Amino acid sequence: MATAEGQQHPLSLYLKIWALLFVLSTFSYLVDYLQFEGYMRWTLIIIFMWLKAGLIVSIFMHMAWERMALILAILLPPLFLAVLVGMMAIEGGYTTMTRNIFFGPGG
Amino acid sequence: MSQEGMSNTAEAVATPNDWNGFVSDWASDKQTFSVPWGKAMMWIFLLSDTFIFSCFLTGYMNVRISTTEPWPFPSEVFALHLFGQDIPLILIAIMTFILITSSGTMALAVNYGYQRDRRKTAILMLITALFGASFVGMQAFEWTKLIEEGVRPWSNPFGAPQFGSSFFMITGFHGMHVSAGVIYLLVVASKVWRGHYESKGYEIVEITGLYWHFVDLVWVFIFAFFYLW
Repeated sequence: MATAEGQQHPLSLYLKIWALLFVLSTFSYLVDYLQFEGYMRWTLIIIFMWLKAGLIVSIFMHMAWERMALILAILLPPLFLAVLVGMMAIEGGYTTMTRNIFFGPGG
Repeated sequence: MSQEGMSNTAEAVATPNDWNGFVSDWASDKQTFSVPWGKAMMWIFLLSDTFIFSCFLTGYMNVRISTTEPWPFPSEVFALHLFGQDIPLILIAIMTFILITSSGTMALAVNYGYQRDRRKTAILMLITALFGASFVGMQAFEWTKLIEEGVRPWSNPFGAPQFGSSFFMITGFHGMHVSAGVIYLLVVASKVWRGHYESKGYEIVEITGLYWHFVDLVWVFIFAFFYLW
């Protein structure tokens, strides 16, 4: 698909993805509007978020049609962020615990 | 220039194995990415931007986990009083739809650019920029409303003080990206309109589009983690 004149795809594809993004955004707003709570809320938020992000990157940003060299160079490095998120979540939990012990009621 | 007939391996062996050879091995004319250099560089810039935004969001996660005060309920903080009732998060929802709409018009602009339809490309980019500007306008309204209600980077009347610092930092940095994107779009659109890219080709529209879609992409994550969570 990547010709000398760049990425050319049928207009209808963009319009379909556009409509899909609208629907998904409505769903994520409804998660708040219908007041889902707890794990149900977090699961729905994450699902709709990744679906939207995936559609934007793969179709609108044309990643689906790029060569493997570019796809891996761009999409693999952010995986390291999972390590940062994991460490900071653990650290945050530890900070809360010590704050509760030293500053909480009866501390 | 006559040595260019040699294969890469032969060329590498032919250069001396010292610092000069080291430099020429790394600098030799090998191409990894079969895309225009501007597109590769835009992707690498966006990768670095991904790390910056992720650091902000991770920092936000960390302070939200570690604070012992209750976190303000975004659904209520960002509610608007419309038609005689409080509608939760409505302004943020409208901003989300505006940004997605602008992503759609940008995708169409890229398409018309490659079809060499200068007029439609420039107009669609202009519409994209207008949507972007209205997004920034709404964000300014939102900031004003929150500041009037007493939200500061160091305190707020709703709960944990970290709420204000995360909010201004994350949405401020994103809003700055949108503002820069609007300027970028206007510059490229006016050049498209004048026919500046007739000989160069219209990859620049796709590159501008990458930046714009990225701004929309970041908003998807901010919407999910800051406003909905």
